Amino acid sequence: MKQKSSKNLLFKSTFSQFIDKHQKSLVFWGFLAPALFAFTMTIIIPFLLGFYYSFTNWRGFGTPDFIGFANYARLFNGTGAEGIRFLYSLAITFIFAIFNIILLNVIAFSLALLVTRGLKFQNFYRVGFFLPNLIGGIVLGYLWKFIFNSVVTDVSLFFMPEPFLMLADRDSAILAISLTWGWQYAGYLMMIYVTAIQNIPQDVVEASSIDGASALQRIRHIMLPMVAPAFTVTLFLTLINSFKQFDVNFALTAGGPATQVNGISIWGTKLISMYILDTYQVSLNPALAQAQAVVFFVILTLISVAQVTYNKRKEVEA
Amino acid sequence: MSRKQKINLIYEILVAVLFLLFFSPFVLLILNASKSTSFEVLNDPLALTGTFAQLMANIQEVWTSPNTMYQQAFVNSAIITIGSLIAIVITSSMAAWVLVRTKTKVSNFIFLLFVVAMIIPFQVVMIPLVTWFRELRDFTGIPFLRSHFGMIFSYVGFGAPLSIFMYHGFMKSIPYELEEAAEIDGCNKVQTFMYIVFPILKPITITIMLLNGIWIWNDFLLPLLIIGKGTVNQTVPLAIVNYVGAFVAEYQFLLSAVLIAMVPVVILFLFAQKYIIKGMVAGSVK
Repeated sequence: MKQKSSKNLLFKSTFSQFIDKHQKSLVFWGFLAPALFAFTMTIIIPFLLGFYYSFTNWRGFGTPDFIGFANYARLFNGTGAEGIRFLYSLAITFIFAIFNIILLNVIAFSLALLVTRGLKFQNFYRVGFFLPNLIGGIVLGYLWKFIFNSVVTDVSLFFMPEPFLMLADRDSAILAISLTWGWQYAGYLMMIYVTAIQNIPQDVVEASSIDGASALQRIRHIMLPMVAPAFTVTLFLTLINSFKQFDVNFALTAGGPATQVNGISIWGTKLISMYILDTYQVSLNPALAQAQAVVFFVILTLISVAQVTYNKRKEVEA
Repeated sequence: MSRKQKINLIYEILVAVLFLLFFSPFVLLILNASKSTSFEVLNDPLALTGTFAQLMANIQEVWTSPNTMYQQAFVNSAIITIGSLIAIVITSSMAAWVLVRTKTKVSNFIFLLFVVAMIIPFQVVMIPLVTWFRELRDFTGIPFLRSHFGMIFSYVGFGAPLSIFMYHGFMKSIPYELEEAAEIDGCNKVQTFMYIVFPILKPITITIMLLNGIWIWNDFLLPLLIIGKGTVNQTVPLAIVNYVGAFVAEYQFLLSAVLIAMVPVVILFLFAQKYIIKGMVAGSVK
């Protein structure tokens, strides 16, 4: 009996010693574990697996064979159908992105100028312009699909003899995606500009108007240089999110209408995100889809690195 | 009227007109969701022939229709969103706290890992994620696919980098003396975190919940891959896609369905617009 209790005591003391000695790291790993575990399972492991799969003939199950760069070679082969379709999708995504950078930022900056003038109800306007940003791209996409297919066609009859079917032509369909997404996103970009404009010191603005600067001169020489950092932020945000665009694309055009490139029929408005998903789900080629996703990742990483280096250089200059 | 007043009046009118134009999609939506037949909608979308009673009737029809499974979808979306938010807030704040307070190489490395992961786009992990989850399910028997659990678990993983990053930034400003005092008074680490640190985090917790909540409620790609449309566990965006795919011809119902899906976020926005706008602009780092 006595022996037992002393043994128990001995065990207890080594256990508490262990706790005392490692308390710091126990707390560290204990608190970190849940988030780190979920993060590893959903991002790190699939990310590493994805890189590996892109170099194999993986079919979504079983053990794949290593085939080197064969998938990538197919994607960048400008004469094969798969290569042409992929490069076409990349190309229209680039055009879409550059178009958005111009269109969305012009709209957003103009709106920001209008709602920082001290007009009546300007807070109401800000909130209103921001609202569509909260609604999901799928839901908005279907609303605008109705507008393009039924309302725009009706209204266009006032101006032209034939109804204007915006989603039936490749170029105007991409414009339609841009407009819909712009409607959703411009209010968000506007708020970034509004924050930047509000941070301009008022005495500088006053001094310039006392010195006789016109409204345009104030915008050109005071406002633009002072909100320049906000321009960098919105430019990269628009660029990255144009590449990630999926929801509006899916709901509005679903990739259509069809078009022809080098005698191969191609989905006219399948932006890169949708193209990757369809290679997986419709063409049932997960290894090729994963290689596309890796190319997509490399492009986005290059953009992000460019942004970071650009910001760093700016900081040094300032 | 002075020249300046005139200019201001012109701007007032300009903004008002732009605003009306900007809001016209919502007006068109309500106008046409309150019509009784698809023919009425397509014949003249601009006509004011809808009635409020008809709008209610259409909403009732969509809400209770077995084709949409809308009620179930709303319950699913609510469970997934609320469950994920609670899990994200607890796990991320805990992780960020030890990452801020532990100054070792391992700690720095893990934090860097979370930050760098923010540039990984969902598209590059989505395909391996599905097969990886399938293997996990087959191996452990835990339902990672087609379940609320799988969704919440995924959102904790995908939400962690930004949430930890934001908590980390906020916690650096909390004086360490507070925690020391609590420990001298006899709190252990868990109590210190629960009673001292977590309550101080309230402002950033609200921001993180709004930011993640709006993303999760509207998210389409992840539920499409993990749950799949047309299933019992589908979320609201999946239910909409499923409904539109099957019943395109009935425009008044389709638009009512779109309207119902918008209502929760719009109501939330009306109550918390100040926090939402501030939080989302602050989150523009993502």
